Amino acid sequence: MPTFVYMTRCDGCGHCVDICPSDIMHIDKVTRRAYNIEPNMCWECYSCVKACPHDAIDVRGYADFAPLGHSVRVRRDEEKGVIAWRIKFRNGEKDMELLAPITTKPWGKHIPQLSDVPAPSQAMRDSQLLFNEPKYIRLDEGELHTLESNGLVMKEGVYY
Amino acid sequence: MIASNPFAELAVVIPPTAMQAYVVLMILLVVAGTILDMLHKKSAQYFFENARKAKKNATRTLGAGEKSALALKTVANEVLTSGEFANPKRRISHLFTMYGFIIFVVTTAILIFAYPTLNDPAPAILPLLWHLGAAMLCLGGYWFWFSIRVDVASEGVKWYQLNGRGDLFIIGLLGMATFALLWSFTRGADTLSMLFFVLFVAFSTLLFGSVYWSKFAHMFFKPAAAFQKRVIKADGSRENMPAIYDLSDPEVQSRFPDIPTYMGANPPNMGLGIKREAPNHF
Repeated sequence: MPTFVYMTRCDGCGHCVDICPSDIMHIDKVTRRAYNIEPNMCWECYSCVKACPHDAIDVRGYADFAPLGHSVRVRRDEEKGVIAWRIKFRNGEKDMELLAPITTKPWGKHIPQLSDVPAPSQAMRDSQLLFNEPKYIRLDEGELHTLESNGLVMKEGVYY
Repeated sequence: MIASNPFAELAVVIPPTAMQAYVVLMILLVVAGTILDMLHKKSAQYFFENARKAKKNATRTLGAGEKSALALKTVANEVLTSGEFANPKRRISHLFTMYGFIIFVVTTAILIFAYPTLNDPAPAILPLLWHLGAAMLCLGGYWFWFSIRVDVASEGVKWYQLNGRGDLFIIGLLGMATFALLWSFTRGADTLSMLFFVLFVAFSTLLFGSVYWSKFAHMFFKPAAAFQKRVIKADGSRENMPAIYDLSDPEVQSRFPDIPTYMGANPPNMGLGIKREAPNHF
């Protein structure tokens, strides 16, 4: 279920706008707080929930770990390097907290770079695992689609 | 120049009672606008519902003394020092704007009501504070307008582009303070001074009259929200958020075995990740 913002906690800082991979968290022009402009494109990645410095964003968890009427909240503390989850069921019986490290490797090091790994070979692309890759990636018919290859230009800013 | 009361000199042209009536009208507009805003947004209802939910999930009850202590802490931290802002630039700009506005409005009221004509000269400190308040408001406000406004900082909007009804409040504030200062500094040049005065009154009316449509009422809602945030932390409900644990506590480590014991309370290799950079990657 898509994310929603608690408007009393939001102060319009823009961190969720920055981090949303689908670019659907934006700042409302009237209240100058964040909101989800396209809920049906939200895939509940929890990036905005974790990025919000005021814990102002919430999202309903998927049914495979939390039943209807639950509450799931997450707090990511990057300076302590831990992520904490709390799941409460609606019958009040279960109130579970989880605390785990984000990573034990030093911050900013050992980041895997996709460009260091070779591209899939033709044999790999013809194999069962990759044969269904959508045609529009167009690895078989030339280079990857880019803005330039399609005659488009990047326009800086947010327009909606 | 900045130590003389501009309203007293204006009293030659505009009767002081008219100025006083205008101030009273602006106060009434603010009250009416805030009440209408509260009714429309159902803010009081929301805050009561929130308080009820927090009480239901609370692990301990708060006494009246504890609640008043929390209220005082809210006033001291979130209200007086704008402590809710995590970003230091926003916090400083807001402090300038807030205190500038308060000083400016209070001294305006005092000058108009207590020292309305040249017959009762105002003590020099009051017009000085009036100018200082307007200058502080301009400093914080223009800084906000040119670089801190979230549309400009995080969404690529240019500073000269208005971006919706959210700009009504800051435009009113900046117009009021800028034209007040320009009016005061052009005293003597009659037409120009009168033009700036008319614009000053126009923007003040815009500011106080648009309370229902602008962000004005946040000065009442935000302290209430900040107080509620402290209450939920104190009574254990925390709006269903997980608690903040001390990682070096052995009890915490036995409860959450994934936490490596060598991490300690403040692990050395961790640091700012998402919050390392300002959110301006539009």
